[in-house]
Amino acid sequence: MPLPKKYNTTLNRFVLFLTFLLILSCSTNKLYNNRIEGKNISITTEYKDNTEIENFITPYRNHINKDLDSVLAYCPETLDKSQGKWQTSIGNLMADVTFETADKLLLIRENKHLDICLLNHGGIRSIIPKGNVTTRNAYEIMPFENSLIVAALKGEQVKEIAQYMIDGKKPHPLSGMQIVIDSNNTIKSITVQGKPINDSQVYYVATSDYLFNGGDNMDFFKKAIAQYDMDYKLRNLLIDYFKEVDTLPVITSQRIVNE
Amino acid sequence: MKRRDFIQKTAAGSALVLGGLSLSSFNDPVKKITILHTNDVHSHIDPFPADDPRNANMGGVARRATLIESIRQENENVLLLDAGDIFQGTPYFNYYGGELEFKLMSMLKYDLATLGNHDFDNGIDGFYAQLPHAKFDFVSANYDFKNTMLDGIVKPYKVFVKNGIRIGVFGLGIELAGLVDKRLYKETVYNDPIEVTKDITKTLKQDEKCDLVICLSHIGFLYKNDPDKVCDITLAQKTRNIDLIIGGHTHTFLKKTYIEKNLDGEEVLINQVGCYGLNLGQVDFYFENGSKTFNGRSITV
Repeated sequence: MPLPKKYNTTLNRFVLFLTFLLILSCSTNKLYNNRIEGKNISITTEYKDNTEIENFITPYRNHINKDLDSVLAYCPETLDKSQGKWQTSIGNLMADVTFETADKLLLIRENKHLDICLLNHGGIRSIIPKGNVTTRNAYEIMPFENSLIVAALKGEQVKEIAQYMIDGKKPHPLSGMQIVIDSNNTIKSITVQGKPINDSQVYYVATSDYLFNGGDNMDFFKKAIAQYDMDYKLRNLLIDYFKEVDTLPVITSQRIVNE
Repeated sequence: MKRRDFIQKTAAGSALVLGGLSLSSFNDPVKKITILHTNDVHSHIDPFPADDPRNANMGGVARRATLIESIRQENENVLLLDAGDIFQGTPYFNYYGGELEFKLMSMLKYDLATLGNHDFDNGIDGFYAQLPHAKFDFVSANYDFKNTMLDGIVKPYKVFVKNGIRIGVFGLGIELAGLVDKRLYKETVYNDPIEVTKDITKTLKQDEKCDLVICLSHIGFLYKNDPDKVCDITLAQKTRNIDLIIGGHTHTFLKKTYIEKNLDGEEVLINQVGCYGLNLGQVDFYFENGSKTFNGRSITV
C-alpha cells in the first residue's frame, strides 16, 4: 500500500531535521567554563628549597650579606609604623634624626637653621625589630633612593602642611612642629619650634626629593620660594646615624595632639 | 510498506546516532586551565628570617619554585602571572637593579607580568635596561608608552592558547602622578582604566575570540578612605567580559577569592595575594563541551 504522500513528506522532514540537528550538535562543540576553583597557598617551610634556584641566588646573597650584616646599633624595642594614630615610634625617630642632620648641614652650607622635618608614612617600608641594628635594617626601612632636600616655605604653606596632616589622617613623620586638634579634627593651634606661625616668615622644611617633587600630593612644596639639595641619600643619613649611636631611643612625644 | 519501514528505521537510527554522539561529546574530558599568580613581591627573594616578628620563615623564591613545580607536575595547562611591583624592597634591588628578580622569574617560567609603580623606581631606563634578563613579556593597556623607550615593547595584552582554550591577558597600571617622580616615568601617559578596559575586553572577546579574559591589575583592590578612586572592585562592576582580575598595589591579603558582579550581572573573580612572595594564588578554570549550565558557573573559593 503506497503511503499517503503527505505522511511521507512529514517523515522525510523529520529525518532531515534530525540529521540537521546532528550536524549542528557536531559543529557547536563549544566549550563552556562551568566551574572555577580559587585558593591562596601560603609559602611556608613545608616547601623545600629548589636547589637550582637556591644555588643561583647564593653568590648574589653572599656578596650583599658581607656588606649588610655588620652590627651598627641596638634597638631596645620593636619600632613599628602601624602602632599609633598620629605619630609612631619609628616615624618620630626618622623625623628627629633627619631634622638634626639637615639642621647641621643647612647651618654649615647656608648659615640657616631648620624649622621642620616632614617625611611620609608610606616611605617607611619596614619595622626596626628589637635587637641588633644593621645596615640591612636601613635598607629595609628605606629601600628608595630618595635624597634629602630643604624647602623654604612661607608661613601660609606651613599651615597647609598642618591641614594636609589632619585631612590625610596618616602619621607622617613630623619634627619641629606641633598641631593641636579637637575631637572633630579641627585645628586649634599650630606651633613651629614652640612659636605660633607668622604667615610672612620663611620656614625651612627638610623632606625627601620624592615628596618635594609632588609625591603623596604634598602640593605645598610646589609653592617653595627656594630649595636646597643636600645631596645626601636618606638611607645613608640613617646608616650614618646608626653608626653614631649605641642604642636607638624610643621616642613617643606627640606632634599632633588630640585635645 | 517497505519504504515506510526504511524511513522509520532511518529516523530511529538517526536519533540513536544523535543520542550516541551527543553522549560521547558530553563525556569529553574536562579541560582545566590553572592560573598561578603573585603580586607586589618587592624583591623579596629570600624567605623572611626566623626572628621576623610578622612573617617569620615565610616566602622565598626557592620555595615558591618547588610549589610551582609540584603544581605544574599535576597540571598541564598552567599560566604563571605577576601583577607588578616586582622591584624595590630588599637590597637585592639596590645592588643589582632588578637583574636577579627577572632572572629568577624567568627560571620559574613566568608567562607574563604588568608594571607596578615601583617598577619605575630606577626610571623607565632602569626598567628597560633589565628587560634582557626577562624571558617573559609585560603588558599594560592603560599606560601609553608611545613617547618612551618602552614603545612597542610593552603591549596592551597577550593571548595564550592552552589546550585549545584562548586566554587573553591585559594589564592595568595605577596613576603615576603624585606616586612616582615624573623624572622617572617620563612621558608615560596614564589613561582611565575603566574606559580602556571597555575597549580591550571587546577586542579580546570579539576579535581575539578569547574563552577566558584575565586582567593583571596594579590599580589596587579598594580604597576605603577614597571611595571615588578607581579600584579592582569598581573596575569589575563597571565593565563586562572579565573573568578574573589579578590585583596588586594595596598589598591586600584576601582570605579567599573575592566575587563581584559586572555590568551584565555576571561574576568576576578578584584575587590578590598580599605581598613579598608570602603566598601564591591559584585559580582553576574548568571548561566542558556542551551548553552553558542554567545555574551559572559553580565557583568554589
